[in-house]
Amino acid sequence: MIVAYTVLAERKVLGWIQGRIGPNRVGPWGVLQPFADLLKFILKEDLVPDKSTKFIYFLAPLVALTCALLPIVVYPFGPTITTVDWSFLPYGLGDGITRLPLTIAQIDVGVLFVLAITSVGVYGIALAGWSSNSKYSLMGGLRSSAQMISYELAMGASILGVVMLAGTLDLNGIIYAQITSPFRWFIIPQIIGFVVFLIAAFAETNRVPFDLPEAETELVAGFHTEYSALKFALFFMAEYVNMFTVSVMCVVLFLGGWYVPGLGRIFEPGSIPYAAVSHVAFIGKICAFLFLYIWVRGTLPRFRFDQLMNFGWKFLLPVALGNVILTIIVVYFLNS
Amino acid sequence: MIGTALFFLFAGFAIACAVSMVYQKNPLYSAVSLVGVFVALSCIYVTLAAPFIAVVQILIYAGAIMVLVIFVIMLLNLDEDKPLTRLRYLYAVGGGLGLILLVQTMFIFYAVLRAPKDPVDTSQTAGKSLSIGQAMYTEYLLPVEIVGIMLLMAIIGGVILVRRLEPGQLKLVVDSELDKRHEEEEKDDYRIAF
Repeated sequence: MIVAYTVLAERKVLGWIQGRIGPNRVGPWGVLQPFADLLKFILKEDLVPDKSTKFIYFLAPLVALTCALLPIVVYPFGPTITTVDWSFLPYGLGDGITRLPLTIAQIDVGVLFVLAITSVGVYGIALAGWSSNSKYSLMGGLRSSAQMISYELAMGASILGVVMLAGTLDLNGIIYAQITSPFRWFIIPQIIGFVVFLIAAFAETNRVPFDLPEAETELVAGFHTEYSALKFALFFMAEYVNMFTVSVMCVVLFLGGWYVPGLGRIFEPGSIPYAAVSHVAFIGKICAFLFLYIWVRGTLPRFRFDQLMNFGWKFLLPVALGNVILTIIVVYFLNS
Repeated sequence: MIGTALFFLFAGFAIACAVSMVYQKNPLYSAVSLVGVFVALSCIYVTLAAPFIAVVQILIYAGAIMVLVIFVIMLLNLDEDKPLTRLRYLYAVGGGLGLILLVQTMFIFYAVLRAPKDPVDTSQTAGKSLSIGQAMYTEYLLPVEIVGIMLLMAIIGGVILVRRLEPGQLKLVVDSELDKRHEEEEKDDYRIAF
């Protein structure tokens, strides 16, 4: 659903930015457009290139979408809700319901988990480019894997500062650390890390201005040139889910996740209205980031590939490492 | 019960991927199979209450190293492996090594069977990031530092190996060499003159 409406929002906002109307035929304001598109994707003929490596050709879009969807299990969608006492249930079954965390799986290395799964997502693109046996696909696949490997480093290094300030790798733990910290949101002490993370995130998700792997003017459509119908739709969905993932990470790490300052005075923390408002705030922050993505796409031109690599290795990575060292020094002096 | 079933599921997957990795003729298929092995292993780590190791396994092996391997395979566009006609003696060496590995595995089985049965307490933080970090920076500080320095050496070595001298720089180096020789010759001449 989020994917569908991000696509629609993207087309609408791009329309406004470029002085057009955008989709407006299917349903009022085009709200049913994504479903029409999906139906079209399903009904189109599925072409498989003759000389492709069949097994990997089928595997690649599945890998891409699976790796995009997997991080959802660790997102902190809201605070822990304390409901009525369910502890009368046998075998401790009630504990999970009495204090209901709005996260599917609580693992204490959530940040690393998201990074690991997204790094596996590179395979989807690289294998897609290789297996379609076409020069445009191969170039697109190579470019995108090179780009994702390079920017992953800067991204990881930019997160380190937040992890050091929070002292935990757990996504919920990072949010609680932000609530108790004097700045409330880590974007203030970690502004360098935030900017580096944002730029690296744009590159990781292959979006404008770093959408070299699918630069239409030189590579037709990059790694998914040879993909059609539902397989193409899977890649398309993976891209938008990745945007969502990166936005969630940005919100959780730098903008306090679901936390709304001052909300604890209106509702009691742990109550259901508190959780509901927090959850809405969380989604709202994510939407703001998704809007930023679209906005940037509508306004910025594309980089050249050597510029992209130079920027990633010679500027972004040193800045991120410098931020890490700075944070180490500050944290050391604050603790001593 | 569920743990055992999961273990056999993932272990079976890992073994199947490993066998496929060795037997595939196409190097890319082999690489993808190896990724499958890594993923299955990390699933086993999760069931052993070591999420940190599991995630790091995927992050480093599957996410970084194997991507580079696949990258190289894609760039070189390797042909399918042909069975070797020369280097026959390697079969004997491989067989010997395999036998040693089998004996080792048997020994591990034996040791495990003989060991006193201690139920593992999963609430212990053996595999969690905090305990790993503390162990790395207190008890195992020296190995960590040594590994770090070795990695640094490897990076510098890699950079030096692939470094290309700029044409201008090359000329400068050659020029200074020539100048040195020239000076020495002049010195020699000077001495001869006096």
